[in-house]
Parts: sequence; structure tokens; C-alpha cells
Amino acid sequence: MTTDFVAEPLAEDALLLRFGESIDAAVNARVQLAARKLRAANLPGVVDIAPAYASLLLRFDPFARGDARGRGEPPHARLPGEIKTILRQPQSPDARAPTRMIEIPVCYGGDCGPDLADVAAHAGIAPDEVIACHAAAEYTVAMLGFAPGFPYLLGLDAALHVPRRANPRTRVPAGSVAIGGAQTGIYPGELPGGWHLIGRTPLVLFDPSRDPPALLAPGDRVRFRAIDAVAFARLVEHA
Amino acid sequence: MTFEVLKPGLLTTLQDAGRPGFAHLGVGRSGAFDMPALRIANALCGNPSDACALEITLLGPTLRFHAEAWIAVTGAPLSVRIDDTDVPAWAPLRVRAGAVVALGAIAHGCRSYLAVRGGFDVEPVLGSRSTDLNAGIGPFGGRPLRAGDTLPIRATEDARPARPANWRADPRPWFDADPARPLRLLPGSHLDQLTDTSHKQLFSKSFKMQTDSNRVGLRLSGPVLEWSTPIEMVSEGCVPGLLQLPPSGQPIALGPECPVSGGYPRIGQIAAVDIPRLAQLRPGDALRFTRCTFDDAFAALQEREHALRQLETHIAARLAP
Repeated sequence: MTTDFVAEPLAEDALLLRFGESIDAAVNARVQLAARKLRAANLPGVVDIAPAYASLLLRFDPFARGDARGRGEPPHARLPGEIKTILRQPQSPDARAPTRMIEIPVCYGGDCGPDLADVAAHAGIAPDEVIACHAAAEYTVAMLGFAPGFPYLLGLDAALHVPRRANPRTRVPAGSVAIGGAQTGIYPGELPGGWHLIGRTPLVLFDPSRDPPALLAPGDRVRFRAIDAVAFARLVEHA
Repeated sequence: MTFEVLKPGLLTTLQDAGRPGFAHLGVGRSGAFDMPALRIANALCGNPSDACALEITLLGPTLRFHAEAWIAVTGAPLSVRIDDTDVPAWAPLRVRAGAVVALGAIAHGCRSYLAVRGGFDVEPVLGSRSTDLNAGIGPFGGRPLRAGDTLPIRATEDARPARPANWRADPRPWFDADPARPLRLLPGSHLDQLTDTSHKQLFSKSFKMQTDSNRVGLRLSGPVLEWSTPIEMVSEGCVPGLLQLPPSGQPIALGPECPVSGGYPRIGQIAAVDIPRLAQLRPGDALRFTRCTFDDAFAALQEREHALRQLETHIAARLAP
């Protein structure tokens, strides 16, 4: 149930809705549904609705209704009830699950994925099997964070769960597809990082001049498709 | 209409009211750390309250104006000189074409704001002219100003103050770097899981701001705070003012460039009304916390917003021809 949550005021202009305490696809699906319903509801003054794994952050203008002298209940006291009412209502057509499926071409291994062999060794399988396994699954974007456009993906096969690197890199190349623990994600820009790099995509994950600026949004479904180094170079040229 | 940056100062960036609406894509808000100071600087220039201005850190820039302009400086106190003549902060100032405006070192406090009539004519990025240094988003590719940069000023019909500035706004309610006054702290999700000793220390001991602090977060040192039980949590939404406790036991207070999510346990949230005071802490400054409820914090914020809007109205009336 999307109404099964705890609302915690975070700040005078922020509210956190907690749907669970763990990284879990069912919990995240409830977070995404709540986010869609609240977006569709267009609550006055609410400016950010940002899903995390098990929670939803709402930020609002505390003075959106009325003047600064504001009468009545302050928003941190009033909003939880209003949200509960909205989430209790049946899904409106606007709030239906998005059917976006985004395919991400990835050049696995080699210079693009310097940690592929380490991941294979840890998993006790061949590098080709790591690639086949990573590219076979269907993922869901649980949340974006860490850096603009960085997707945290749910759906990594348990065989590929590998603890983070003991020594994080100070610079990970943009487009790197990586595994950290039970999570897989893609570095949108050159960033520091402690995850294992298994490949790279030529796609640009984040570009502030684009609308929308991020390639992926929370709730999107994602598939990886293996490409070779020649195709990677060609796609980089055309990116 | 432009000015040229002769010396950039220590860390000078363009900031406005921030970049809301993109948290779900991992983009934080950024924006001026001391918002009332930004708003008053804009009011003194007859600008909309959320216009973009310079945020100056510890040491001010030197600028050459290529056309006549109307400026105002607010925030932490620092010397303002126009062609070697001292002029007051917190007042509308007229700058002749060709004049050099030199801002000095900030004596106490950390951040000052320089607004210019018309605002800066730079392209907004995702709806805002704020610089996010950490994410590299904003004007100038999200970097601080450098010597040689040219900043375009949006032309206005009245580029000079209608009246000479023989008055100034009173900075006292709006700039407060008194370390004796504690910052109000709202209870965080995990506050009750501190040990009794740590809980007492949080509200009785003094903390010191560390040198490796920036607009992302202010690192504090003080008594090592401990949990009564280990806390496991998954990453969840963050906002400026959040007081996190990493495994070191030394808290971090998040600033305007904080990431949109984070996985450190939360001990508190600095009341919005005290964020400008957080913005004015400089490395080495001491700070203390006092407990506050959401109702009291909201009432204080309302009161400040009311006073700020009154001041904006009052300044607008004084500037009217």
C-alpha cells in the first residue's frame, strides 16, 4: 500500500516519507508509485519530489500559501495528512507506471572495464559470463544521486554482488558502468568512485543543456546491450 | 554593460535563490548560502529578490566596471572601496564607468554579497544562475570567477540610484556572527540513538568548524559522539542544514551544495532561520547547539520572513524616485 509510510519532517521546507528500511524492489516500487501520484496531484508549493531506495523526499516553499504571517497549520504539520489523502486515492491515469525501457549499449572489459576480471574472479565465473549475466537482467532506476544523473539500479543478479574496491579511484571515466555491492550504476561524468568498473557506455547520462538533462529518471527500466570497442568508438563520435 | 574581474578574491561565485525542481535527477539546489543577505543586496539595487549576485568568501574581488552601474554589498563586513574611496556596505552605491571596485578581506563572518542593478546577464542553467561547484553546473561551467572574466550586466533603464546614498540598511538583525548564541537544532531521525553522554554533549559542548569545510558541508570537531546501538541505514534525501554523524563521531552540517541523498545517520536539522548564521561561520569558529521544536522553528522563520519583506518594501520605497 502506498499509504503505508511514516512521514517525518526533515526541515521547515522538507518532508521525508519512509516506506521501508531496506534496498528492496517492492519497497522502491511503492516509493515510485507515491512519487507519481504526488506529481500528478500538483500540491501547491511542492517543488521537489525525489525518490530514494525506500523513501521519498518532498521539498516545498513554506510560505507558498498565504503571506509570511501565514495563518493556520504550518506545512510540516499540514502536509502529511494531505499526502495520505492523495496516496489513498486510486491511481489516476497520470500516475500509471511509466513504460520507458531504455537500452544502454556497453563496451564491457578491456580499457572500458578494467575491473571485469576482478569481478569474474570474485564471482568464480568467466568474464564472458559476467557480461552475459549483467546484460541479461532487466533493471529499475531506484533513484538518482551521488552526482547529477547517476542512476542507482535495482536488479543486479546476486552472482555479481561484489564488495566495493578497497582503494577507491580518484577519477572514474564518464560513462563507466560499475558494480558496488548489490548495486550497479553508471558514472555520468568523471568522478571519484569505489565501485568496480566493468564497462563503459558511449551515451551521455547527464547534460544540463538537454531537456530533460538526465538520460534516466527514477522508475525507468533499463537493459544493457554488449557492444564491441569499434561500435563504442563509433557511437562516441556520434554522441 | 560589463565588468571585468581584476582579482577574483578567494572564492567568488555567482549565486541566486538556487535550482529547485531537479532533486529527482540528482541535481542539488546550490544558491546563496546566506539568503537574507542576497535578498537585501538585491533590494538595495531595486532587483527582484532572487536575482543573481556575487557570493564572496573570506576575501573579496577587485572589479573594473566598463559602464556606469549601481551596486550594493551586504553580508559579512568587509571594506568596500570605489577608486580608493571607502564607501559603505548595506547601501545603494553608484559606480562610474571605468571605476575600480575593490572589496577587502572579511574581518569576521565568512560570506558577503555584491549585487548589481539589473542582475548578471548570464544564461540560466536548469532554471538558475547559481553556481554548483561540486557538480560543475552553472554559469562559467560551474567554476568560481577568475581574473580576466567578463560579467555581463543586464541593461536597465535606470542604471543609477535615483537618490544619493546618504542612508544605509541596518545590518545588525541580518548579520550575526556571535558565537555565544547557539544554533537552533531540530531533532534528527537518529538523535535518540545517541548515548546519553553524547546526547548531553551535543547540546552542552562547543564544536569548532574545520578548515576542510565548504559549501557542500561544514565539518565540525568536538566531543566524539557515539551511538548506543549501531545504525544501519539506506541512502535517503538530504537538505542543507542537516547534521549528519559519520563513523568518525564528528558531525557534518550540510551546506547549499549538499548531495540530494546520503547514507550517514542524522542527529539533527539546523533551523532554517539559523542557516544564515551557519553560512557566516569561518574555519576555527566555535558553535554550539540548542534544542528547538518544529513549531518554534517555523514561527521564528515566519517572523524573519515578515521582517525581511518589510525591509524589502521599505528599501523599495526609499529608492522610488
